[in-house]
Amino acid sequence: MLEVKNLKVQIDTAEGIVQAVDRVSFRVEAGQTLGIVGESGSGKSVLAHSIIQLNPKPATIYPEGEIIFEGKNLLELREKALRKIRGNEIAMVFQDPMSSLNPVFKIGSQLIEAIITNQKMSKKQAKARAIELLRDVGIPDPKRRMQDYPHQLSGGMRQRVLIAIALAGNPKLLIADEPTTALDVTIQAQILELLRKVQKKYKMAIILISHDLGVISQIADNVLVMYSGRIVEDGSVNDIFYRTTMPYTWSLLRSLPRLDGQRHERLINIEGQPPNLISPPKGCNFHPRCPFATDKCLKIDPELTYRSKGHSAACILSEQEFMDGKERIEATEKERGALTYDRTTA
Amino acid sequence: MTEPLLEIRDLKIHFPIKSGVLQKTTNHVKAVNGVNLSVNKGETIGIVGESGCGKSTLARSIVGLLKPTSGEILFEGERIQHDHQKGMHKIRRDIQMVFQDPFTSLNPRMKAGDIIAAPLKAYKMTENLQGRVKELMDRVGLKAEDYDKLPHQFSGGQRQRIGIARALSLNPKLIVLDEPVSALDVSIQAQVINLLEDLQKELGLTYIFIAHDLSVIKHIADKVAVMYLGKVMEFAGNETFYKDSRHPYTNALLSAVPLPDPEKERRRKQIVLSGELPSPSHPPAGCVFHTRCPFAQEACKLEIPSLKAVDDNADHLVSCFFPMSAEEQLAKLSQTTSG
Repeated sequence: MLEVKNLKVQIDTAEGIVQAVDRVSFRVEAGQTLGIVGESGSGKSVLAHSIIQLNPKPATIYPEGEIIFEGKNLLELREKALRKIRGNEIAMVFQDPMSSLNPVFKIGSQLIEAIITNQKMSKKQAKARAIELLRDVGIPDPKRRMQDYPHQLSGGMRQRVLIAIALAGNPKLLIADEPTTALDVTIQAQILELLRKVQKKYKMAIILISHDLGVISQIADNVLVMYSGRIVEDGSVNDIFYRTTMPYTWSLLRSLPRLDGQRHERLINIEGQPPNLISPPKGCNFHPRCPFATDKCLKIDPELTYRSKGHSAACILSEQEFMDGKERIEATEKERGALTYDRTTA
Repeated sequence: MTEPLLEIRDLKIHFPIKSGVLQKTTNHVKAVNGVNLSVNKGETIGIVGESGCGKSTLARSIVGLLKPTSGEILFEGERIQHDHQKGMHKIRRDIQMVFQDPFTSLNPRMKAGDIIAAPLKAYKMTENLQGRVKELMDRVGLKAEDYDKLPHQFSGGQRQRIGIARALSLNPKLIVLDEPVSALDVSIQAQVINLLEDLQKELGLTYIFIAHDLSVIKHIADKVAVMYLGKVMEFAGNETFYKDSRHPYTNALLSAVPLPDPEKERRRKQIVLSGELPSPSHPPAGCVFHTRCPFAQEACKLEIPSLKAVDDNADHLVSCFFPMSAEEQLAKLSQTTSG
């Protein structure tokens, strides 16, 4: 349904041109959820905004690549045609539910506006549809809630309203950019359940962007791992969480504190900071922080290569080399006593 | 039993809501509403809860930034007197704070070194000031040449290290950490958590660690307190808390944490709470959790449960009339849905 081919996105800033997204390709099929995970600055939001070209203009340039949605290259469409797709066929939900709603209009009128701009409907019909949408997203007493202003709703409720607005045009693809990051865990659980429910009802594809590997593991079918503007691993959720052969994903998973972890167990961190995207490092972008890095990584900029069906990773290590390296790293860590330490003996 | 370093007794912090032309006080936001907690030396107490539960307000009153409405906070057996300037001067030296947002908690016009030196100057400990600051910077993993840099030249993780160095500068006994890692990326978060654990081990510090992330708390805390609408719902040692929690709210909270493990995620059953946090200006009568509790009964609406030991374990306190384990809770829930 959506296919992104070799996309490059550059942002012109005062300090120089930032390679925000670099040679990215992926596909999303109807009814599927694609999770995009990465740290801040990895380019995941820029990538998602690029699909419907919401990045600031004219600072953002798309020098290469194609974004093909139902046979049309979105990068070649004129603004008018694009506007028909935005909100209608592709809708978006943002992170911050407070700043994405207009504070001076009632949520009912904001919903009705979204419905009328996208579909030919009388105001009366639109109102009925708005109430139905609010009910779909689990807002109790929707008729009365239509009269509320955004500030009268809690964060979770506002996010539900935004999802309702996104659903107004019966989209085929919903892009959710960190939809639960500003919410508490119990509310996050409600919103994730809601997304699954509306996905089934509306048979949508979802692209969900998150920095939270827990959220991704709960909701995604397929996952893209991004690092410094590149996709470094692409696979099913099980490929990524259980069968990774990519040093970055592996390190990221190890650095997570876990509910089933040991108390005071030493977390394995990734040394250093993500690279500067104005002048990225030579060779592989991750090599300055990579525990597996060799001299070769300084020279070769790895492409995404085939690992197994539907699973690819951008690393020059073969699976065997990765496994050997992993063993070596874990052995030295044990030797240094870095894995666990007992505070009582200290 | 050793004397607790910090003891909080029936602490209440209410903020007035003023309205009308005369700005009459019409109601109160009961941010913290009767909290009892004791912290032993060398321990880390984790405080978790959703936004609005009063955990940050509690933290601020411990470091002396907010005056309690009633109740008291004892530090080393002595009552903290929030109005007493001289007394507070001494207390502030022993109790330091690290803030959540590494962007707004550092003065953008001050050099990193000067930020760390500021508390030392305020306490007139200016002997070998530069040397002391460089030692602190080294301790938290900053380089000596970072001394003259401004906050914006650092990344989030490094900025949080500056905040930690500043808190350490006066050799405090207790550090209150208010969401110190929640603004950081996972790979950086791990660096800061490891640093905090190393510092605690080396310097014998006591931490009050506030977070909304239960996995982070699992890692760092010796004891965990869950707050809801200004009250402590459950308080237990780390092991007990994560294996044998008994409060329906704790169980729901633990079950809502998404696991970075897709297979487990598919297999497990979640307890999804309905509804949202009620307003702290109109907390529900009786048990504050009863409006969202799937097991609330008549008694819960009328009477306020007190924090009581369960299973005769004095270290496991629950504020619930009908405490139950997560398994019992799930079993009961599936019964009601099938029947």
